[in-house]
Amino acid sequence: MNQEIRDVVLEYVINEYMEDQDEEITFDTALISGGFVDSFSMVSLKRFLETKYKISLPDNRATPEAFDTVDKITELVEEFLAK
Amino acid sequence: MAYSDKIRATYTEQLDTLKDGGIFKIERYIHSVQDAEIEVEFPPGAPLKKVINICANNYLGLSSHPEVVQAAHAGLDARGYGMSSVRFICGTQDIHKILEQKVTDFLGTEDTILFPSCMDANAGVFEAILGEEDVMISDRLVHASLIDGIRLCKAMTDSFKHSDMKHLEEKLILHADKRRKLVITDGVYSMDGDTAKLDEMVALCEKYDAMILVDESHASGFIGNTGRGTHEKYGVMGKIDIITTTFGKGLGGASGGCVSGRKELVELCRQKARPYLFSNTIAPPVVAGVINVLDILSKTTERRDKLEENANWWRKSLLEAGFILQPGDTPIVPVMLFNAKLSQDFARDLFDEGVYAIGFFFPVVPQGKARIRTQISAAHDRHHLEKALDAFIKVGKKYDILGKTKNEVTAMYGA
Repeated sequence: MNQEIRDVVLEYVINEYMEDQDEEITFDTALISGGFVDSFSMVSLKRFLETKYKISLPDNRATPEAFDTVDKITELVEEFLAK
Repeated sequence: MAYSDKIRATYTEQLDTLKDGGIFKIERYIHSVQDAEIEVEFPPGAPLKKVINICANNYLGLSSHPEVVQAAHAGLDARGYGMSSVRFICGTQDIHKILEQKVTDFLGTEDTILFPSCMDANAGVFEAILGEEDVMISDRLVHASLIDGIRLCKAMTDSFKHSDMKHLEEKLILHADKRRKLVITDGVYSMDGDTAKLDEMVALCEKYDAMILVDESHASGFIGNTGRGTHEKYGVMGKIDIITTTFGKGLGGASGGCVSGRKELVELCRQKARPYLFSNTIAPPVVAGVINVLDILSKTTERRDKLEENANWWRKSLLEAGFILQPGDTPIVPVMLFNAKLSQDFARDLFDEGVYAIGFFFPVVPQGKARIRTQISAAHDRHHLEKALDAFIKVGKKYDILGKTKNEVTAMYGA
């Protein structure tokens, strides 16, 4: 897995969603099912990834399941970068 | 029998889970009118207990005001009990139009449409005025009814950190390509008692060509110098595109709500908002009561002034006694206890002392931020508040939390 993408996604998620500095999230923290990210806010993550990596993520792939951890998001980005 | 024992067991289990999780809600039965002092049966079957009420949304003390009651009686006599119709068939009376105009004048907007409740107003407004090409950007702590309304709308959703203007600006830039942008906020946040920075929000909306919607349910009638709401407090009257508010709190406390704002948006709600189209509107006696409430509030600021004075005294006295409060300047004064069980024990002991208040904890408020939410009213006289303060101090001493820091309290009771 591309470590650079992982780091970029993790940094974005921390800045965008974490209110409390005490909370720690890692590459495999359950973001949506764990209650860190509400589904309303997923859209900004999707738009960030599309702009940053110049890809287009179709709605049927940008699901709460596919966005649930930093690693899953990284896999999704890698898949669309390869296309 | 379709409702088999097996199906029943699944529901029983679901209810038990709520009870085990400590989030099962229990009603306390009130045997009097809503007021500063009420008679409460709790637990069910217990003898009636007279208590000071500091958890009602009766901010202006109008729920049982003799003039309002009389106006509702007159409305009942003159226009009957119900309409047996939705608005656009044969459910609109002259008094509905009079009330809509009075709300428009009071809030300083262009037009108003009544809804059966503000919950309905919030459920219906977004779908009526936005489409797939648009985006809704909401504060992360907005009221549940706004969240439900947002979910019902096809526009894109996004959110910003509570009251974080830099984050809101980033979102407005991110969504610059959208046809229409709508920023969504509460005027007064009901759990923390803080207010939205509407002056800054309006400036951002003007800069990035976005509309703004404010839910004023915990503000209408008493926030701002003449009680028009949070937009008056921040000097942006006439600049809020949509206000939703309720008549079930400060404005008489019965029921009903509205969408008030730009006339095209209000008209679209009249044409398309489903809770308006498919539900009866506010009943005639309540309409007559709210008209009277707005007349009272348009004539004098006496009640909101007394409320402000009461709330300031209450906040200052609790701080002097050594409680930790959520900062703010509204009649919602949260007393922070941090620990969920402590908030429940504290509320129970207050009740024993003759004070009715409720402890809130996760998931209603964030984990580790349990509290007693106190709500002050213009119906409270100083002796009510002094008695309530004595009770808070007595219970505070029992749990040894007076003058303690957050860390000291959580060290004793856990977060």
